[in-house]
Amino acid sequence: MADATLAAGGIAAAPASPGFWGFSRPQALAFALMVLFIAASPFVLYPVFLMNVLCFALFACAFNLLIGYVGLLSFGHAAYFGLGGYIAGYSAKAFGFPPELAIPCAGIAAALLGLPFGWLAIRRSGIYFAMITLALAQMVYFVFLQSPRFTGGEDGIQAIPRGHLFGTFDLAADLTMYWLVAAIFLAGFLLVHRIVHSPFGQVMKAIRENEPRAISLGYRVDDYKLVAFVLSAGLAGIAGGTKALVFNIATLTDAHWTMSGEVVLMTLVGGLGTIFGPVLGAAVIVTMQNYLAQFGAWVTVIQGVIFIACVLAFRRGIAGEVANLLKVKL
Amino acid sequence: MIEELLFQLEMGAPQIVLGLVNGAFYALLSLGLAVIFGMLNVINFSHGAQFMMGAFAAWMLLAWVGIGYWGALILAPLLVGAFGMLIEKAMIARLYKLDHLYGLLLTFGCALVIEGLFRNEFGSSGLPYRIPPELLGAWDLGFMFLPIYRGWVVIVAVVMCLGTWLVIEKTKIGAYLRAATERPQLVQAFGINVPRMMTLTYGAGVALAAFAGVLAAPIYSVNPGMGANFIITVFAVVVIGGMGSIMGSVVTGFGLGIVEGITRVAYPEASATVVFVIMAIVLLARPAGLFGRA
Repeated sequence: MADATLAAGGIAAAPASPGFWGFSRPQALAFALMVLFIAASPFVLYPVFLMNVLCFALFACAFNLLIGYVGLLSFGHAAYFGLGGYIAGYSAKAFGFPPELAIPCAGIAAALLGLPFGWLAIRRSGIYFAMITLALAQMVYFVFLQSPRFTGGEDGIQAIPRGHLFGTFDLAADLTMYWLVAAIFLAGFLLVHRIVHSPFGQVMKAIRENEPRAISLGYRVDDYKLVAFVLSAGLAGIAGGTKALVFNIATLTDAHWTMSGEVVLMTLVGGLGTIFGPVLGAAVIVTMQNYLAQFGAWVTVIQGVIFIACVLAFRRGIAGEVANLLKVKL
Repeated sequence: MIEELLFQLEMGAPQIVLGLVNGAFYALLSLGLAVIFGMLNVINFSHGAQFMMGAFAAWMLLAWVGIGYWGALILAPLLVGAFGMLIEKAMIARLYKLDHLYGLLLTFGCALVIEGLFRNEFGSSGLPYRIPPELLGAWDLGFMFLPIYRGWVVIVAVVMCLGTWLVIEKTKIGAYLRAATERPQLVQAFGINVPRMMTLTYGAGVALAAFAGVLAAPIYSVNPGMGANFIITVFAVVVIGGMGSIMGSVVTGFGLGIVEGITRVAYPEASATVVFVIMAIVLLARPAGLFGRA
């Protein structure tokens, strides 16, 4: 009974368009478009740029899992992203791990870091949660800074080899690497989608909407929050690890609090709590950074202005506004 | 063994006393955060940027207008506070009905804009700001020489914190403020202009940050990034103390400064992280914070 009441909100939209894999019809269409774009774009655009977009898109999807579906604003996701980069980079360079090992290692390490941090942070909610995650991430940043034997300190881990996937595919070629990154991104994206539309995801949304009610219905809210946090951290680690292999470098930049701010911005621009929003947001912000890189500190100013504009006037984000215009759910 | 310990203490005492100076800044900044949070329910992420603006205001007043340290100590907080009130009126005030997280995101955006603009104008390297001649030199405390300026910072910070506490706890304005924190609608029904009080409170909190910035200008080099690193530690301080009580945030601020100083002597590698570790421990033992109400 309890489950039925809670799930009702989420399922209500579904019967009209069963779609596949829990996608509604407009979502399936958007997904097809996205896959088409991912498949066609490397022949038109620079693959390394696209890989950068995809890594950040996965990072933003991971972050959105928390803010969009559980309502927890983590301001410290750079810690998991950065750790993923270091783990993948170190294991690939020092132990000669192939990518199929290095990237999962990055995800597992980030998830393991997310376990105690999430456990601590979910003791408070709202603004405090944001401050705690930020402070813990800052601690991780200092630890990275002070362990140059592992992280290379200010220099980072350089010349990380991309290696051979399954011993056969040489990833040194950008296009080969691109297909791997695209596959990782799509797998991560579908995983997030699957989580959100699972019974587990329904409870997550119930917690976001009305936590006391979810508690009164007998759900162990803290367990749900923690699992969501660990999943989100793990996916962020995979994104960071992939990015380290793409660019052959893992640096402190990826673990700095400004990176946490960037992923918040991407998700906000794209649309909090929408499945495609983070991807769009990542594409917009990374493209912007690419074109504005020559203007130096103006990038920060523009990002700040976008932040302010989004919060004041544009809270639904791109995906949210489009969905609202077309009267569909994206 | 004991001799070694004594030696360590003798070497360490200056560090611990200097930890008090950092503690003074933690206290001033977390006090401002607590005042703003109490009234507006907004965590002011641009607090660090406004701290930096205070330091730059002091520098600009000297370089462009010729107003020295003492004038800046009064003028800079007023200027930056007024700027804060503009931000509150124009932007933050629109968000009170929404989730509090939007206030955090908005002020984060403001911080990025402010820091970016200063970085464009002044570059990332620091600008020097001299200690006023009246406060040059050092006191001989027997076990160490304490630069007078640092002692002055601690004393002023204590006076400022006590003053703020007295205003909030003992004056009529403070009574209105506390009442409006608890029941804004009821206070408004008594004919008190609550929105204006919110603007003024934000301005006061920002002015406190700018005041701390002026105090910091001669110690740290005046640079656009000086507030950002401070503010994250201050967030941890606020989580440790809990934002429920004004006195709590002050005591926590000074206390953690001292703890940081001790760590710098005992185990220097951990001095950057000790505040965060303490935060984790406090979260385990008392999630609401040392002085917070659950």
